[in-house]
Amino acid sequence: MIDTDVLVIGAGPAGLLAATSAARAGVNVLLVERSERLGGQLIKQTHKFFGSRDEYAGERGIAIAARLVKETEEQAGITTWKNAAVAGIYPDGVVVIACKDSFYTVRPKKMVIATGAAEKTMLFPNNDLPGIYGAGALQTLMNVYGIMPGKRILMVGAGNIGVIVAYQLLQAGVEVAGVVEAAPRVGGYAVHAAKLARYGVPIYTSHTIKAAHGEEYLTGVTVAKLDECWQPIEGTDRYIAVDGLCLAVGLTPLTELCWQAGCEMRYVAELGGYVPLRNAEMRTTKPDLFVAGDAAGVEEASAAMVEGKIAGLSVAADLGCMNVTNELEHAKKQLSALRAGPASAKIRSGLSQILIGEVS
Amino acid sequence: MFNLRIIKHPILDFPKQEMVQFTYNGSSVQGVAGESIAAALHAAGIKMLRHSSRHHRPRGLFCAIGNCSSCLMTVDGVPNVRVCVEPLRAGMAVEVQQGKGTIV
Repeated sequence: MIDTDVLVIGAGPAGLLAATSAARAGVNVLLVERSERLGGQLIKQTHKFFGSRDEYAGERGIAIAARLVKETEEQAGITTWKNAAVAGIYPDGVVVIACKDSFYTVRPKKMVIATGAAEKTMLFPNNDLPGIYGAGALQTLMNVYGIMPGKRILMVGAGNIGVIVAYQLLQAGVEVAGVVEAAPRVGGYAVHAAKLARYGVPIYTSHTIKAAHGEEYLTGVTVAKLDECWQPIEGTDRYIAVDGLCLAVGLTPLTELCWQAGCEMRYVAELGGYVPLRNAEMRTTKPDLFVAGDAAGVEEASAAMVEGKIAGLSVAADLGCMNVTNELEHAKKQLSALRAGPASAKIRSGLSQILIGEVS
Repeated sequence: MFNLRIIKHPILDFPKQEMVQFTYNGSSVQGVAGESIAAALHAAGIKMLRHSSRHHRPRGLFCAIGNCSSCLMTVDGVPNVRVCVEPLRAGMAVEVQQGKGTIV
């Protein structure tokens, strides 16, 4: 049995900030990450971030990841396990971790769950054919391994991820057959949508995927136009020959561990699915268990970092660290400022359904 | 040879790396040691990774972060290997998995 002050699960932007913030305040941290790299999905974000300088706006995701990983590695008080997957949390708070073909038990005083999110799929015939990917998978192939996912790809979803990844496909030398969006207008960053337009990539708003075609792998897709009630209009079917289809249709929080630990959960569509109830300090209904990042509700990486910082400082305060109050208040204000704009209306509505007062 | 490796990129550098040999269903394939098996297969234009257990439908890479189980293959005789997160080593025998795979 390994004892630690804090166990942080997941080393993406939220987990890295939780670990460094807690360790800097003076507690010892065990940080576990199921993959062989730290940085989570930031390691494949080649675009520059928006927001304020506090959250590294203007820097590319890959540069932010490198900086956060360096800060984590240099920070005293953090033990990091890579290739370590949390297999379960027992009712007495003991956590089982699978690492290098062995199981380890850990007894943390406090826990931060920062497990991120998983790609959603969508329903249409043959949606399981090889050649149909989540947007994150294309980023992994292109931006981590330097491999084109195909020669001609159709994107589904014109939200931020859809327009950004479509542009990254062009940067990788892949032909983008178009972007299909069910809504009547583009929801993603205008700057990236404009880049696509300059490259002559058609954006099919009010369109959907009716079916995918192929035997062993994808060879084409049928798209159709939607009416005002989001129903396909007869006679508008169009076949598009592609060897890849990318689904950028949203993410859903990875909350298995929150369920297992017994946190009170609620379905909030605006946050991507089931999320744990929690207070402004990121404390769930289990007093020793905190949550941060996409696992607490799908949002942007900049918000995940600040939530991680808040969770890390909160556990440090719980464990008796003095002098974190000011920093904690500052981080909360920073998060409110991030979410103040009209683009965050959906997030604010989602959060209003899960925010709770102090847990006694 | 079919090759989908990115040579020129406006932001990222992908220096040419030494290739190692492995096999896909017995046929020789080249990949970069340390990249994921799925990445190496994709670079060689191979997308079909397994057949689903009930309806035997072809399945490929979907999430690429070890989350969705779409890419389970048999590697060196061991079934249910998530090839999207399993690093490639020289000489690996990678096979399309049929159904659930057998351990013993």
